[in-house]
Amino acid sequence: MAEIRLDNISKTFNEDRVVKNISLTIKDGSFTVLVGPSGCGKSTILRMLAGFEKQTEGDIWIDDKLVNDLAPSKRDIAMVFQNYALYPTMTVKGNIEFGLANRKIPKKERRQLVEEIAEIVGLSDHLNKKPDKLSGGQRQRVALARAMVKKPKVFILDEPLSNLDAKLRTQMRTELIQLHKKLGTTFVYVTHDQVEAMSMGDEIIILNKGMVQQKAAPIDVYQNPRNLFAAEFIGQPPMNVFDRTAYEGIVEPVPEGVRYIGFRPEHASVSRTAASIPHTIELESEILTLETLGAETIYKVKNRIGVMNIRSFSAPVAKDGCCFVSIPLEKFYPFGADKIAKPELDLSMKKEAVLNGIG
Amino acid sequence: MKTPLILKVINGLGLVLLFIIFAMPFVWMASTAFKTLGETLTFPPVWIPESLQWANFAQAWNSGPFLKYFFNSVIVTLFILILQFATIIPAAYAFARYQFPLKNFFFALTMICLMIPSQLIFLPVYLNLSSWGLLDSIWGLILPFATSAFGIFLLRQSFMQVPEELLEAARLDDATEWQIIRKIMLPLAKPVLITLALFSFIAHWNDYFWPLVMTTTDNARTLPLGIAMLRQVEGGAAWNTIMAGNLLLVVPILIIFFFAQRHIIRAFVYTGVK
Repeated sequence: MAEIRLDNISKTFNEDRVVKNISLTIKDGSFTVLVGPSGCGKSTILRMLAGFEKQTEGDIWIDDKLVNDLAPSKRDIAMVFQNYALYPTMTVKGNIEFGLANRKIPKKERRQLVEEIAEIVGLSDHLNKKPDKLSGGQRQRVALARAMVKKPKVFILDEPLSNLDAKLRTQMRTELIQLHKKLGTTFVYVTHDQVEAMSMGDEIIILNKGMVQQKAAPIDVYQNPRNLFAAEFIGQPPMNVFDRTAYEGIVEPVPEGVRYIGFRPEHASVSRTAASIPHTIELESEILTLETLGAETIYKVKNRIGVMNIRSFSAPVAKDGCCFVSIPLEKFYPFGADKIAKPELDLSMKKEAVLNGIG
Repeated sequence: MKTPLILKVINGLGLVLLFIIFAMPFVWMASTAFKTLGETLTFPPVWIPESLQWANFAQAWNSGPFLKYFFNSVIVTLFILILQFATIIPAAYAFARYQFPLKNFFFALTMICLMIPSQLIFLPVYLNLSSWGLLDSIWGLILPFATSAFGIFLLRQSFMQVPEELLEAARLDDATEWQIIRKIMLPLAKPVLITLALFSFIAHWNDYFWPLVMTTTDNARTLPLGIAMLRQVEGGAAWNTIMAGNLLLVVPILIIFFFAQRHIIRAFVYTGVK
């Protein structure tokens, strides 16, 4: 049980500032996901939290204890590494109990703890095998067991699922969520995969270029992205964003202070015929490509605004040729010139100014 | 692609030829060790002696204080190995894993040691040991080889292949640096360690030059010197006795090589941990 507080943390590698004045609080018992593209500083933050890197500036607190100068092993954290980092010359049992043995926990107690954990992660039959005899999923479980057995205050997971195949990844995702519920420990999870971030986190922290872009619950990030980066990072396919000039003659007038306007692919719809729904702009479009995914269809279309993705949950209307794309005005996200969201400049208030975009 | 039969045959013949070239001196040594003095001098040479002259070994052994030589050889080689591992392992670990001021300079210095022929520095080393009063002593044979630049280099390469995460995981697991070396690094470097030990053992067990320079009495002489001195026994060269002595010298190496060969091959085809 622990709350983590980063207080104005920066990290510089050879003049290169990879983490810039980050301050954030990770709530006790939360499942917090740090997500961002590669090079955004998420792994560096994790490594500073674990104590493998020392921050250039700022303080790190775990449960009201300043841990700046504390060795990794004294921070009461456990980590699951991307490539598992299992000790190759030790058996599964040896791997799990290495930390306990180093803490001089008596052999009998150790055996009991190892057996308990092995039972939880389903490794009881493999305790005497070496890691190279295990499958990817089993290795992942050994790594989890090794972290769990120490009963840490904080679990740090560094892209733990990226080495698994798609099916196993989905399975382990649910298992990790259940594990978090069962243990109630603070989980800090790093990933570049927004699906993992959305599906697992209580709270997600979106990072880019060493700065926090947004910190909120997944649904909040989706519904109210704080800036253009967060808006484009979350969602598959990403939000369609165009400069205000693209909307000239379609949304009139574009409110002052709005520089970019975006909308999510799933909020637009595609039909064969024009429907003329109120408070909706409708654009005659040309279908460029079509991806049929079963439950949904992803269109790439071209119209007066530009090339955009549309995600539709109804059957495909046509493979190519002409169609009509309609976007409800209330679903538009306006952003200022500083790329910050301007929800107060709601476009739907301008309904009387809307022109039909056909033609 | 399938290799044509003719190439396979040529390849096979080539290997057989190489084997014969390498094996012949050994076979000749073993064969001569069991001959009578007369048989060693006949022409054309005989390969298989009429009866096995085991007495040659006793004669070689008894022609000097061979027990003393043997004992000296064992002590010298053993201490060299112990000291080398005691110095190589921490040095290789530091070079592979730590950042410290002048690291590259010190590593370059180590590499330079590797490039200087030992004949070039034997005089200063000799004078140095002489001023310490270590001439004609066991320690004079051991101390110059207390570390090995080659060993540091080889083990450093092996340590560098171990992924950093493994060390970080161990640090989170409360392991001390020494425990990391002992429980993680050394088991992973086992084939390299065995190879190093073997190379070092062969080099120092067989070493003739340095003991010859350093020793003046039987007090510190080692087996290779003893064997060489067999040549002066009874005026002429009794080749059967000399070869018996040589056989005694190489038997320990052969035994150790036999048990370690699996690891030696692994050390050179080692591809690291997946």
